[in-house]
Amino acid sequence: MAAGARDVAPIAFAALVIGVSYGILARDAGMGVVAPIVMSLTTFAGSAQMAAATVMQDGGAVAAAVTAAILLNLRYVAIGVSVAPSLRGRRARRLAEAQLATDESWAISQDSGRVNRERLLGAGLVLLVAWTVGTIAGVFGGSALGDPATYGFDAMFPALFLALLVGQLGDGRARAAALAGALIALILTPVAPPGVPIIAAAAGALIALKPPKEATP
Amino acid sequence: MSTTWMIVLIVGAATVALKGLAPVLLGDRELPAPVARVNGALAPALLAALVAVQTVGDGASLTLDPRIAGVAAAVVALLLRAPLLVVLIASAGVAAAVNALA
Repeated sequence: MAAGARDVAPIAFAALVIGVSYGILARDAGMGVVAPIVMSLTTFAGSAQMAAATVMQDGGAVAAAVTAAILLNLRYVAIGVSVAPSLRGRRARRLAEAQLATDESWAISQDSGRVNRERLLGAGLVLLVAWTVGTIAGVFGGSALGDPATYGFDAMFPALFLALLVGQLGDGRARAAALAGALIALILTPVAPPGVPIIAAAAGALIALKPPKEATP
Repeated sequence: MSTTWMIVLIVGAATVALKGLAPVLLGDRELPAPVARVNGALAPALLAALVAVQTVGDGASLTLDPRIAGVAAAVVALLLRAPLLVVLIASAGVAAAVNALA
């Protein structure tokens, strides 16, 4: 668990900074102080929380905010399938451990095609703390900072995912899956509701249905 | 209940359920080989999609803004085998600079 916690330090820095920008956004959207902090602890999924706050700021309905957030989080069904074989214990414990899976903790706990449970939990705990502390700083001190884009924070998350992706491109199938995933997401973005392009991109992984070359006679 | 708390409650409960669905229903049984291979390819597929959408996505449209420059800086830093923290700071710094110039 310690290894996951150590390796996640730079990612935790990113989560802290994005947490601050979420706190600012949520406060501006009229969510108050306590609700965004509770949401960071319970939902613990940056893009969904950002989307819900953005819909509220634009004066959207509850249904619109909830739908946007849930669509964005549909990918966690796929991530859940990926972490399932690695979790331990009874159902309640598995349910609790699964909550520590985020895009980032899941990505850095990849270990030759499997999820390393210790790393997942260590990284997840560190990220939960960083994300929540960032949110608290954002809701209380955010107005002094202004727009996150001024600091380039909005470029930090794709850069982070890119760095995590580079570590995953070991073989040809992984590279083909990455290419397919990116293309599916880009093609669908203008025509599908936010969140759908990401979950549809999971279909890019179907490329790996084809057995590896060594296995075919 | 205020609309804010309704959203916090519903989205929170839904996310807990989505994350826990497979670990609770599937248990820790091993997946059949083809499914396990697809499973291993999920990370590159989803991460590449996140990179693409968060670089040029803006709601339901595609756009070119300073984020592109930030991600390009990240690519350079990664090619130079810079540590992750340097990659992140480079991306934010370059995006902020381009944002200030634009």
